[in-house]
Amino acid sequence: MAATDTPPPAPSLPSFEAEAQTRAARRNRLLTLPALLIIGIFGVLPLLIILVYSFLEAGPYGGVVWNFSTEAYVNFLFQADIFSDKLTFAPAYLLIYLRSFLFAVATTLVCLILGFPTAYFMATRPPRQRNLWVLLITIPFWSNLLVRTLAIMFIIRDEGLINSILMGMGVIDHPITMLYTNFAVLLGLLYAFLPFMVLPLYASLEKLDFRLVEAAYDLYATRWRVLWRVIVPASLPGIVAGCLLVFIPTLGAYVTPLILGGGTHLMIGDLIAQQFGSGRNWPLGSSQALILMAVVLIALFVYVRNTTGRTPHG
Amino acid sequence: MKPKLIPALAALGLALAAGPALAKGELHIYNWGDYTNPKLIEKFEKKYDVKVTQDDYDSNETMLAKVRTGNTGYDIVVPSDYTVKIMIDEGLLAKTEPDQMSNFKNMKPEYVDVYWDKGRHYSVPWQIGTTAFAVDTDKYKGDIDTYAILFDPPDALKGQINMLDDMNSIMHAAERYLGIPRCSADKANLKKVNDLLVKAKPNWKTFSYDTITKMTSGDVIVTQTWNGAAYRMRQKMPSVKYAYPKEGIEGWMDNVAVLKGAPNMENAKLFQNFIMEPENAALISEFAGYDNGIKGSEKFLPASFADAPEIKRPEGAPTPEFVPPCPPAVVKIYNQIWTNLRK
Repeated sequence: MAATDTPPPAPSLPSFEAEAQTRAARRNRLLTLPALLIIGIFGVLPLLIILVYSFLEAGPYGGVVWNFSTEAYVNFLFQADIFSDKLTFAPAYLLIYLRSFLFAVATTLVCLILGFPTAYFMATRPPRQRNLWVLLITIPFWSNLLVRTLAIMFIIRDEGLINSILMGMGVIDHPITMLYTNFAVLLGLLYAFLPFMVLPLYASLEKLDFRLVEAAYDLYATRWRVLWRVIVPASLPGIVAGCLLVFIPTLGAYVTPLILGGGTHLMIGDLIAQQFGSGRNWPLGSSQALILMAVVLIALFVYVRNTTGRTPHG
Repeated sequence: MKPKLIPALAALGLALAAGPALAKGELHIYNWGDYTNPKLIEKFEKKYDVKVTQDDYDSNETMLAKVRTGNTGYDIVVPSDYTVKIMIDEGLLAKTEPDQMSNFKNMKPEYVDVYWDKGRHYSVPWQIGTTAFAVDTDKYKGDIDTYAILFDPPDALKGQINMLDDMNSIMHAAERYLGIPRCSADKANLKKVNDLLVKAKPNWKTFSYDTITKMTSGDVIVTQTWNGAAYRMRQKMPSVKYAYPKEGIEGWMDNVAVLKGAPNMENAKLFQNFIMEPENAALISEFAGYDNGIKGSEKFLPASFADAPEIKRPEGAPTPEFVPPCPPAVVKIYNQIWTNLRK
């Protein structure tokens, strides 16, 4: 919002110049209008609909009945026991959220561990080579995520590429079960979201002034000290951006876990979709979506506060 | 991916083939993916000089959610039995009176007075099938005509089973195995269903609609599936056998219905009448591998299809049961059991 941070005109400025500045500010405000309208109509309005729906009663065959009800939220943690009708603590949804959360954290961490050296390698190539590396990183995006996920399936299934090669070489007698396990889900998520980590990290590291690194070495800093005290703090914006870009979409990932995990365990995305489908409970689905959003916002808030406050030379 | 792509390509191909000659009318069809014979559409377009566009969905609920928002621009939808009932009850369908149409005489009498559209005032049959399961008999030689294969599997099948990612069909199969009526609100019965599913789940490898690939790739030995899908599996893998469990079998019928306020009402009615022609009904079956509800269509189909074990129910197999939508209170508990099962 350029309009809000226009400084007040300095007192020494002639008045016509000040006037020109406020006019520019007004024009800037006008220029943001289309973006604000789009966000309002396609972002805020649907959210309001979800919010309203989450406080209504479920229609008999899907849809909503216009009666106020907080049942959708109560049901998130407590449900009438199927067999005694008493309202009891029901951890099913909580467990599903927890699983999605753990997968998201694990994916983010592994992406960071693999992505950082990759980005560092790219940033330290001669300038002319760098674009080639960026291009190579983006190549997987040229084909559809679903197609790539199915390809992973063919590679890791019991009668797939890896197992047939290993068995052909006599390394193993029985296929190693990889497909439809947590490992498969993690692999798929990692593969899908790694570029989202590498690219922001690269953008940060590329701007790093490597004379600082040389200076640190000159002052007898060890390699670890250089990494932790110079390179990591300088690339912190990239780390924060990369982690967010991986964590948030992973939390709501739907197709990858369903295909590679075999669907025996639900993730948040499946759970919400189910309420709008055969579950025929739109208010519950709406409340689940909003609770997910709240969790993401809180996690984001805590994360950004912690990481930006830690910069040693900030 | 595939189910979406094929109709889209077909529609594109047709659009190109139609060339510059502009059709007089239009018809917008919203049907299940990978389910419509392009030849059928082509024939209809030629006969009535109508340009047909198609779009597809993967579940009744998806279609219903979209139609509820109103003003979709679609003329024709193809809901399953229980969904037809919901849509009629909610006033979403146009009363096109197929029972007055010239080809109505071809409809098999047993499909006229169905619970979802008594006397056929709204819908005509598209395809009809059953939901049970298929087994690779190369890898398992025992008796397969019982739900014990799914819920109480022998050691050889443990961990080798794919279930449909479909709450209702699993609940109903469990109810049949336990000898409990469908949609029973009785708590003691629901507890039995719950316990059975919890006990059986560790033996299931996956939950997926993609049953043909799961079987033909060798991922599983058993998969819950529909008879037409089993027919298509057997074309690729002759050892596949479709089971007719003695405890009962689920039947379903998809029906062509017209949306209330359809922009091309007359063409939509023409289409309903058109598919009751035996030759055209045969085109539908030829493509997707399911039976249709039209007399005389078998004359236009190869004998190997009409006599296929997946299509022709063997002597002594139970009659397919069409299950009306369960009451909301039961669905709520189903939903709880189902989520709990997969937490």
